[in-house]
Amino acid sequence: MLSKNQARTFFLGGTVVFFLIFLGLSWHTLAREVPKQTNAQNLTESVIRGKEIFDKNNCMGCHTIMGEGAYYAPELTKAYERKGEAYLKTVLTVKEPWAPRGRKMVAYAMSDQDANDVIAFLKWVGEADLNGFPPKPDLQSKVPVPAK
Amino acid sequence: MKYKSQQIAWWFFALSGVLLLLQITYGFIMAFAHLGYDGLHDLIPFNAATATHKNLLVVWILSGFMGAAYFIIPDEAEHELISVPLAKLQFWSLAIVGVVAVIGFHLNWWEGRKFLEIPRPLDYLVVVNVLLFLYIIIMTLWKGKKRTTTSLVLTMGLLFAALLYLPGMIWFDNQTMDSFFRWWVVHLWVEGVWELIMGGILAYLLIKLTGVDREVIEKWLYVIVGLTFISGILGTGHHYYYIGTPKYWLMIGGIFSAMEPLAFLGMALFALAMYRKGEKRHPNQIALNWTLGTAIISFVGAGLLGVAHTLPAVNMYTHGTFVTAMHGHLAFWGAYGMLVLGMITYATPLMTGRKLYTAPGASYAFWLSNIGMIGMTTAFAAAGVTQVYLERKVGMDFIDTQQAMEVHFLVLIAAATLFTVGIVMFVLNFFKYGKPTDEALERA
Repeated sequence: MLSKNQARTFFLGGTVVFFLIFLGLSWHTLAREVPKQTNAQNLTESVIRGKEIFDKNNCMGCHTIMGEGAYYAPELTKAYERKGEAYLKTVLTVKEPWAPRGRKMVAYAMSDQDANDVIAFLKWVGEADLNGFPPKPDLQSKVPVPAK
Repeated sequence: MKYKSQQIAWWFFALSGVLLLLQITYGFIMAFAHLGYDGLHDLIPFNAATATHKNLLVVWILSGFMGAAYFIIPDEAEHELISVPLAKLQFWSLAIVGVVAVIGFHLNWWEGRKFLEIPRPLDYLVVVNVLLFLYIIIMTLWKGKKRTTTSLVLTMGLLFAALLYLPGMIWFDNQTMDSFFRWWVVHLWVEGVWELIMGGILAYLLIKLTGVDREVIEKWLYVIVGLTFISGILGTGHHYYYIGTPKYWLMIGGIFSAMEPLAFLGMALFALAMYRKGEKRHPNQIALNWTLGTAIISFVGAGLLGVAHTLPAVNMYTHGTFVTAMHGHLAFWGAYGMLVLGMITYATPLMTGRKLYTAPGASYAFWLSNIGMIGMTTAFAAAGVTQVYLERKVGMDFIDTQQAMEVHFLVLIAAATLFTVGIVMFVLNFFKYGKPTDEALERA
């Protein structure tokens, strides 16, 4: 039967071994892979300012980005591709809360410059390789279209 | 209770209870907003409500852990806390930082990083606060007569939790790297070192409530926390599927996070086996309910409901939907909420010398809160599955999907009401005990 000492060795040994593997993988991910997958060369000053504005206003408190955040407002990873620059700019600069069918967004009334930076950030996010996320709707083609 | 300094735990437990009630209030604000009733939008926009809801959760659980440590460590080390005034200072600074952070959220003062919204200047105060707490605990252990496995595992968990807060304070220009390290804090807390704290508190409660030999309990404690780290560290990979990190995380995260329930299963089997083995009939049966409850519900909420959406092929569709909220609510409640409430239920009668645990309110609080939370989890599951199919699989527009989900939020509010009644009864019962008294001290 397992003794207390063996149990302790299992705990300490397992922890150390797996933590070292995790550190190694993390290093490889961050140093080698993430810059390629996220096009780090495209992180312009505007993109970085956009991320700061995005953080400072806690946009993640309603939206998800890369699938992370809150579930009150639409996923933003592909917002640039889906909605286009003009639409995004209107949403960010209007002085009244943007409220598509009643669900209100905070009216940020951003300056042109700020809105452009946030849009640059969203464009950069949309170009990152997220291993296929967000998925394409795979059942859409199976929904029967009623005859007119 | 043997040591006078253990009384400080009462303050932390009281803070826990109050913050839990406040957390629930913000939960209701969000649920109503989902139904279209967002009358508070100008004062408390949704992002302020969610930041408050999540951070109050973290703070009330941490406050509970700190109270538990201040209660357990003197008892285990057989030594008074090294300084009660320092512990009081630590308590008040924790409470003040918490209140300032919550007010700040309402004034757009925060960082937009889920669970870590506390703004940077307050982060430094949190670090100082936690260092002070650790100093008191570690020095007490150092000067104490005994260093038991239970107290060491608990202290190690608290120490690692503090260390892991640091990577979350580094600024990255790259959203992917930012998120990568955010999970070092959030995941390695809740699916790593917090389980160490949980294991330590659970072992202490089982030793006290079942009377099973300490050596047996502590041996299994090592096995369980070993399983936690072996599966949980690389299990962090399930957060690295779709955020701009390489594909090998799909395999590593999938395999290791599928193993994560083993630690929780171990915890549940361990608690039940010790309960059966124990010959002692401790009069505080409601504390035993919470203790066994936390072991079982954490297995269901954190273990099974986690596995339900952890495989990459499933998570591709559930990532960023209410399926996550389903898992999150029962996991936090089962593993950490019930644990803290269990510790409070065990310790309060000993601190105050009153035995209100036989009052019907104590039992109702347990059952109503649990039934309510299971109902809430079911409502989140229904909403989440609806969202996955309509939005992700069929490609319906976001807001159309949200409107189709509204009915589930009605059920959520109904179940949450039941939950709230249970929690209000719990907190009222706690305050009915009154404050700790020296008369409750055991004479040596």
